[in-house]
Amino acid sequence: MSDGGVVAAHDVLLVGGGAAGLRAAIGISESNPELDIAVISKVYPMRSHTVSAEGGAAGVAGEDDTIEEHIYDTISGSDWLGDQDAIEAFVNEAPRELLQLEHWGCPWSRQPDGRIAVRAFGGMKKKRTWFAADKTGFHLLHTLFQTSLKYTTLRRYDEWFVTRLLVDEGRVHGVVAVELATGEIHTIMAKAVVLATGGCGKVFPFTTNANINTGDGMALALRAGAPLKDMEFVQYHPTGLPFTGILITEAARAEGGWLLNKDGYRFLQDYDLGKPTPTPVLRSMELGPRDRVSQAIVGEMQKGRTIDTPYGPVVHLDLRHLGAKLIDTKLPFVRELCLKYERIDPVKEMIPVRPVVHYMMGGVHTDINGATPVQGLYAAGETACVSINGANRLGSNSLPETLVFGARAGRAAAAYVQSLGEPSATTQDAIRAQADDEVRRLRAELMGREGSEKVPQLREQMQHTMEGAAGIYRNGPDIAAGSQKLAELRERMEKIGVADSSRAFNTELTAALELANMMDVAEAMLISAGRREESRGAHQRTDFTKRDDEKFLMHQLVHRNDAGELGIEQLPVTITRWPPGERVYGR
Amino acid sequence: MTVEIGPQAAARAAEESITIEVTRYDPDSDQELRTQSYEVPLRKDWTVLDGLNHVKDTIDPTLSYRWSCRMGVCGSCGMNIQGQPSLSCGTFLSDFAPGPVRVEPLANFPVVRDLVVDINDFMEKLPKVKPWIIRDDVDVHAGEFLQTPAELDAYTQFSSCINCMLCYSACPVYGLDPEFTGPAAIALAERYNLDSRDRGARERLDVLIEREGLWGCTFVGECTRVCPKHVDPASAIQRYKLKAAQESVRAVLLPRGAG
Repeated sequence: MSDGGVVAAHDVLLVGGGAAGLRAAIGISESNPELDIAVISKVYPMRSHTVSAEGGAAGVAGEDDTIEEHIYDTISGSDWLGDQDAIEAFVNEAPRELLQLEHWGCPWSRQPDGRIAVRAFGGMKKKRTWFAADKTGFHLLHTLFQTSLKYTTLRRYDEWFVTRLLVDEGRVHGVVAVELATGEIHTIMAKAVVLATGGCGKVFPFTTNANINTGDGMALALRAGAPLKDMEFVQYHPTGLPFTGILITEAARAEGGWLLNKDGYRFLQDYDLGKPTPTPVLRSMELGPRDRVSQAIVGEMQKGRTIDTPYGPVVHLDLRHLGAKLIDTKLPFVRELCLKYERIDPVKEMIPVRPVVHYMMGGVHTDINGATPVQGLYAAGETACVSINGANRLGSNSLPETLVFGARAGRAAAAYVQSLGEPSATTQDAIRAQADDEVRRLRAELMGREGSEKVPQLREQMQHTMEGAAGIYRNGPDIAAGSQKLAELRERMEKIGVADSSRAFNTELTAALELANMMDVAEAMLISAGRREESRGAHQRTDFTKRDDEKFLMHQLVHRNDAGELGIEQLPVTITRWPPGERVYGR
Repeated sequence: MTVEIGPQAAARAAEESITIEVTRYDPDSDQELRTQSYEVPLRKDWTVLDGLNHVKDTIDPTLSYRWSCRMGVCGSCGMNIQGQPSLSCGTFLSDFAPGPVRVEPLANFPVVRDLVVDINDFMEKLPKVKPWIIRDDVDVHAGEFLQTPAELDAYTQFSSCINCMLCYSACPVYGLDPEFTGPAAIALAERYNLDSRDRGARERLDVLIEREGLWGCTFVGECTRVCPKHVDPASAIQRYKLKAAQESVRAVLLPRGAG
């Protein structure tokens, strides 16, 4: 077999088969059927982590709602770090994208008259979150996947793991990937590449994220010369199940669930989030934004008002007063997950929950069309940072983000490739040399290599290092200590051994490559967190407790130089009509 | 927030253990499937997947299996556990105490490596049943297609399929006749037939009415029994057969397209 050989050449290659990648693929298939496009993913598309999203997708729908209000909620939710032009585009286009999904068959929950139903969500002043019970991501992903099957010319590389972007003179030309079933290494040429590989929650020990969320696209982009943006902003979801970290959707609170401390007290009222009322009030109490609610739970831990369990301190999410009928209609998955993984029935018992790493606000730096500074390289979805989420994403904004910016990146990539000819002979030589180099690295340095270090141990140490240095509350000395520890772990990575020398479905090799990706992402997070000497949104510094607009109303871009060293530069936030103000919830 | 958590930390605190007997197969070196036993901690909140991850991380890094969401929705981790097609993330080790627990690849599929099976047959069959909305009058600007909660309920059950392949593994007909379209794909076809927004039932019937599409099923009902999402593919197949039988009677009586 000819390792590293070119197996195909496409106009556009979408890396990742979740919502963003599939939305881009369908969009290009519809608008530019003459283009040759392909989706490559390390898992079958329907295994992508979009599948785990529960609560819903925001898009202005109700007669009492306005575009302006969704924009304002998103900007204030972002603690003014989101780019206002991007947020405007997002909010304007989200409803049409959700309607498009409806036309493709998404089983959105309905009102009695057959119109789309919407529910409340945290940090949103109006009900505007479309939902398919509490399996919104599952239905959205399968609708996109099944719709994509219509396009018989859409090529898919299922279970192919991309290990390198091929870039010459600032322009992308394709990828090198391992076909997992056979272990063969291939080069796929592409005039444009769209990264849609999702998030990086597995950098931390306790996360709602799936095993596959290892920041692959972020690491690929960084190494290819595209900067990462705002990597210090890691979202903790307030309500994860202890031990597993399984997500209990925010919709549980939107439907009327309460957060209680060990005394049965609705403690959020002590954290400037409003006053308790029997039924939910928008942008108040349990419908506060995720950063503030997670921080409040830590506050309760520090006051000794949480409940101790073998898996750490928890608070209670109480749904009992909602009744079996509402829970079975609106929150069936919550009940199923609690029964299976906690052996409790939320109809009769309170759910133990604790904050859990859930989402990466930062990502590959793109413009409003998903374009990165590397020509032909695009990114969309959680992999990317446009940025609409700024310092804190609002719940139910991420699913429409995958659709709006998946479609935008697809359109931009399709337009870009129209004008391109074949790469020059010099470029082709350079690309071939890079591909050969990658094959050598994979074969010689990793597969079946003897080594004193093991992937699982280094991974566990990295995860605990990150929890210690970049958790809900951070400070300079902890970040510095974490950086030092991470540098040591990266050195030890050089001595990693891969005992599995088989070619077929070598998951030990995949795990080693994923760990390398996570180490790069982790390093970018810590350098960004160390540099941002203020508190904003999900980035809370105990040594710099105030928001500092004078110095830090700025994005931070992490670049990597040829020697592999990271550097940071600032980029102004785009402010159009909404000057920075105070974030007010519940008053 | 630096409490020690996670499977490895939990393992250190464990006392009891259980043996899992795992099928191994490496196409590079094995002529046939073999079995390897591993002892893992027995904890009440550990799933079979936690046990496999313990093996992978601390005993044998070469063991291969698929997993991702660990919450029963991505459909990656289907395996035969104690002879039953199961999601390993939703099956608890303690249910098999004192053990041993037998863990094998799903039946009726070629084995790629250890517990990883080749599901390409399903991936090729799925598009053939046209699992997407078929209708001509599509204009997103005109707003949503209305669909009442009752109309939604009519197909919701069949839309819950996670493509985990447990039903194919359990299906004795698929085991004997690989041409059979199979439970999940037929259930997804019926999911769209029952969707009030869809106009494609006739097209899908044309596909399924062919010899192996539908008729192979003998209503054993194993597919429904093993489905982790209560999709009930058996009833989808039954409904389809009824329609197909009616269609074939009509086809005799009427020229094609007249009905």
